[in-house]
Amino acid sequence: MGTMSEFPLSLRLFLKAYPWRRIDPVPWTPLAKPLSESRLALLSSAGFVVPGQEPFDAAVRGGDVSFRDIPAGVDVRTLADTHRSESFDHSGLREDPNVAFPIDRIRELAARGRIGSMNHRHLSFMGSITAPGRLVRHTGPEAARRLVADGVDVALLVPV
Amino acid sequence: MCNQAVGLVAAELERQGIATVVLQLLREVAERVRPPRALFVPFPHGYPMGKPEDPAQQHAVLEAALHILEDRSLTPPALVDHTP
Repeated sequence: MGTMSEFPLSLRLFLKAYPWRRIDPVPWTPLAKPLSESRLALLSSAGFVVPGQEPFDAAVRGGDVSFRDIPAGVDVRTLADTHRSESFDHSGLREDPNVAFPIDRIRELAARGRIGSMNHRHLSFMGSITAPGRLVRHTGPEAARRLVADGVDVALLVPV
Repeated sequence: MCNQAVGLVAAELERQGIATVVLQLLREVAERVRPPRALFVPFPHGYPMGKPEDPAQQHAVLEAALHILEDRSLTPPALVDHTP
């Protein structure tokens, strides 16, 4: 189970005092059509990049709020974990990136018609964002605009 | 922090007309941030889909997430527990 007790004391104290951003009001888009006719995009905060892409930058104050496109045809075994956080165990997702970026499983869902299709790209973020203002004002809305333009109906978002 | 980031991005997607479901690894963070639709998974940090090289378990998590999208009885914010 994910609990605060997994973290070192200094991080636990930081998280205890951290002013979490409360989403209010909570927006809600009902499912417009059956999943078997819907296009799905995957979003991950595990800091994955494909070969040749700029790694995420752990030195950015407050967190790197940029994101990368991950092409739908990517071989998941070629994804590089550039997440710099030491507050979680990286060994599982390095052994099998589907642990945090389940693109092989989503291809299987599309192949058997559980979902209509997979979008031509997915999006990768790096999650150690302690100051999420720029994420909320800029890169989050930009990510949404791109997926809307792609005709995406539903999205699965996976933290790490 | 990862839990909060995906919740905030999900809210932007929902505002622009995309239905979302997020996985969450910390219940107390999910309750405070309030992503629109969330599946709380009982796995350690670093393992949101469960064990490596376990497609059956990964599919069980995905199916639970898809059910949240399909469940018309849920209201925002919806936080559902995954029981593997």
